[in-house]
Amino acid sequence: MVTIADYAGLEPTWCPGCGNFGILKALNKALVELEIEPHQLLLVSGIGQAGKLPHYSRGNIFNSLHGRPVPPAIGVKIANPELVVIAVSGDGDAYGEGGNHFIHAMRRNHDITYLVHNNQVYGLTKGQASPTSDPGFVTKTTPYGASPPINPIALAIAGSATFVARGFAGDIDHLAGLIKGGIQHRGFALIDILQPCVSFNHKNTYSWYRQRVYELGEDYDPSDRPGAWGKAQEWGDRIPIGVIYQVSRPTFEEQIPALKKGPLVSQKLELAKVERLLDEFR
Amino acid sequence: MNVDFNFMVGGEAGQGVQLAGFLLAKALARGGYHVFADQDYESRVRGGHNFFRVRVKNSRVGAIAEPVDMLIALDRESITLHKKELTGVTVFDGERIKGIGGDSLFSVPLERLAGDKLMSNTVALGAALGLVEYDFEILAKVLRDHFGTGDVSQNNIKVARAGYEYSRREFKGEFSRRLRPVNQAERLLLTSNEAISLGAIAAGCKFMAAYPMTPVSSIMEYLAAKSEDSDLVMVHAEDEIAAINMAIGAAYAGVRAMTATSGSGFCLMVEGLGLAGITETPLVVVEGQRPGPAVGLPTRTEQGDLQFVLHAHHGEFPRAVLAPATVEDAFWLTVRAFNLADRYQLPVLVLTDQHLASSYATVDRFDLSEVTVDRGLLFSGDEAEQLAYKRHRITETGISPRAFPGQGKALVVTDADEHDEAGHLIEDAGMRTAQVQKRLRKLFSLKKEIEPPQLYGPETAETTLIGWGSTYGAIREAVDILRKEGASVNMLHLDQLWPFPAEGVIDAISRGKHSYVIENNATGQLAQLIRTETGKEVSGRILKYDGRPFTPAYIAQAVRKEGC
Repeated sequence: MVTIADYAGLEPTWCPGCGNFGILKALNKALVELEIEPHQLLLVSGIGQAGKLPHYSRGNIFNSLHGRPVPPAIGVKIANPELVVIAVSGDGDAYGEGGNHFIHAMRRNHDITYLVHNNQVYGLTKGQASPTSDPGFVTKTTPYGASPPINPIALAIAGSATFVARGFAGDIDHLAGLIKGGIQHRGFALIDILQPCVSFNHKNTYSWYRQRVYELGEDYDPSDRPGAWGKAQEWGDRIPIGVIYQVSRPTFEEQIPALKKGPLVSQKLELAKVERLLDEFR
Repeated sequence: MNVDFNFMVGGEAGQGVQLAGFLLAKALARGGYHVFADQDYESRVRGGHNFFRVRVKNSRVGAIAEPVDMLIALDRESITLHKKELTGVTVFDGERIKGIGGDSLFSVPLERLAGDKLMSNTVALGAALGLVEYDFEILAKVLRDHFGTGDVSQNNIKVARAGYEYSRREFKGEFSRRLRPVNQAERLLLTSNEAISLGAIAAGCKFMAAYPMTPVSSIMEYLAAKSEDSDLVMVHAEDEIAAINMAIGAAYAGVRAMTATSGSGFCLMVEGLGLAGITETPLVVVEGQRPGPAVGLPTRTEQGDLQFVLHAHHGEFPRAVLAPATVEDAFWLTVRAFNLADRYQLPVLVLTDQHLASSYATVDRFDLSEVTVDRGLLFSGDEAEQLAYKRHRITETGISPRAFPGQGKALVVTDADEHDEAGHLIEDAGMRTAQVQKRLRKLFSLKKEIEPPQLYGPETAETTLIGWGSTYGAIREAVDILRKEGASVNMLHLDQLWPFPAEGVIDAISRGKHSYVIENNATGQLAQLIRTETGKEVSGRILKYDGRPFTPAYIAQAVRKEGC
């Protein structure tokens, strides 16, 4: 039986009160509830405060470069589709440095779950504007205010992601449910997570979010693309959280004939096949 | 009698120059000849001027030669542009290309015999082989193998025969040189890109990710086409950054993985190269050089990236650099690259170039029983040991046993940040020093694996020509030319460049009077490397950086000028 103790990692170095703590708790809760053992799991991360999360949980860990958690996650998933692969990123990592990887991973529908800690500001480099900062957000690098933000939810729907959700670090149970849904979903699952930054974002605080977020109800149909697109535009006084868009489409891995025989990592080399290839050059 | 015959097929992009050249080379190889063929093409899909040279010998051949014995001209420009190299005859369509006068012209109504424009190249192929009285049935079989069993195949054979018979009938006795099949030697005809692809498959590579770029796209295409035959997945990534990171991910997961690119794509990959370095992930990167900087001459050749690949990335970590000399070497060095990558858990660069990448050569069939797959030090332990597993354990050799995620209870933890033995990020000064030393320590044993450079010709000579990578065939033949003239010349050739085989180089260049590096670049990058690694200065540099490959005659002339 998997217990929460199995996911006790190193002591976090995040600021006290950081939204990352809620995300870490929600992730561990989801993994325990799905009875995933640490050795069956791969956590890939980029660079930023979010990128440290895997070390504070447990599992196989590949802490990669800034903006690059998705490509190695894809490589691992193709080499061994039996692993549960979760990529962990922040708003700068995912939507800035790693924007191109994000777009194309959605299109190809790799079977990975992508957790983006979105605190609308750079934490590790101390307070610069991020791709999701509110317009006009004044920082040391944007003295005239930030440009209009990326809308990750709308971008993901436009980019043909098959699971698009928004969670809130201040609602751990709800977020754990979303993460479980993302892991169980076959295909690329984006979970954009509203995460208060207690050090550098004094606008989008816990109370700011609490006043605005609301859970999507039972009557909401996430398979309706135009409806989801409309829901993706809601930001301001009311911010929806939950699964905003979800459809079923074959994953990249499912479409590769070479993977039908089992994971590449357990395939044996057959030299007779190579001999046949050599014959073609006679 | 020695046979040495050069064909050139010339025409616009889209006229089937490449296909005609390839089929010609294949037909001659099937008849037992040694063949070396190269391609000269422009960065465009239609129009312009392309040519394909096929050199045919009855002994080993590893380079092109400039004089053309038979020009197969599919357009007017091919005739005007190659006048200076032409020492033999021209086959062309006098009904389409009017007003061409002079000797040694064989006008064949290519388009009329083809029935349509599309198969003119096949008619020309038949006509050319008719002139040298080659065995038509060999060509017919090559066409059948290439086009399959349908109408296209039948039609191509029909029109090739029409061209062949036209030559035999109309030009009887007008051309005296003959190429008749010599024996049924079982050789393969392939490019170094194909050899690299086959080498990767034979080495058990299971994953490639790349982004299309001349001159390596054909590696991607070949491996994608053979995915099911080789249980290998090729991912066409969104860019080179993604490609190298995907390959690193797959390698971390436990499969042999590679990527391939050219110089400016490699610029984007450099960030990932360091990731492989610090996470100690085995990775094979093929870098097919072309002239830079930036876009440079996209379809042409250069050896301008040696110093770049040696130093690419910030910080310090070990790597290996191999540079195939020939098509055959490309196969074996690729196998070796995978073994070195696994044994030392580091990135290995296979440095090739456009000339080698797109040149065809006949090689003896690769003996697969000689292929060894050495995955290096793999972790095995009971459950207690698995639970205590540390990916970056500090060892005497610097090599830590590898476990693969999900293949047991061991948790495989690694980090682009400096990390402790368990793979978790640290800032501790002592551990940082220990991990740097651990990684660099691998170089001590890696150095011992690098084979000494190859010496060709007499062990001691007054002049030593030193080259690396794709220039092997041209330099070797230049040595033959010069020695025939009585000069005392040998060749020292490097196909394993890093760790640098300093002793072999010092030994060879200390013996003679002159030592010249011969490089397809403007700054003599091997000469710089020799100076840095041996303290020795070569006595001269023969450099070429016009985007075109060396020929043996060019090198021989340059050496004569320098003095030997």
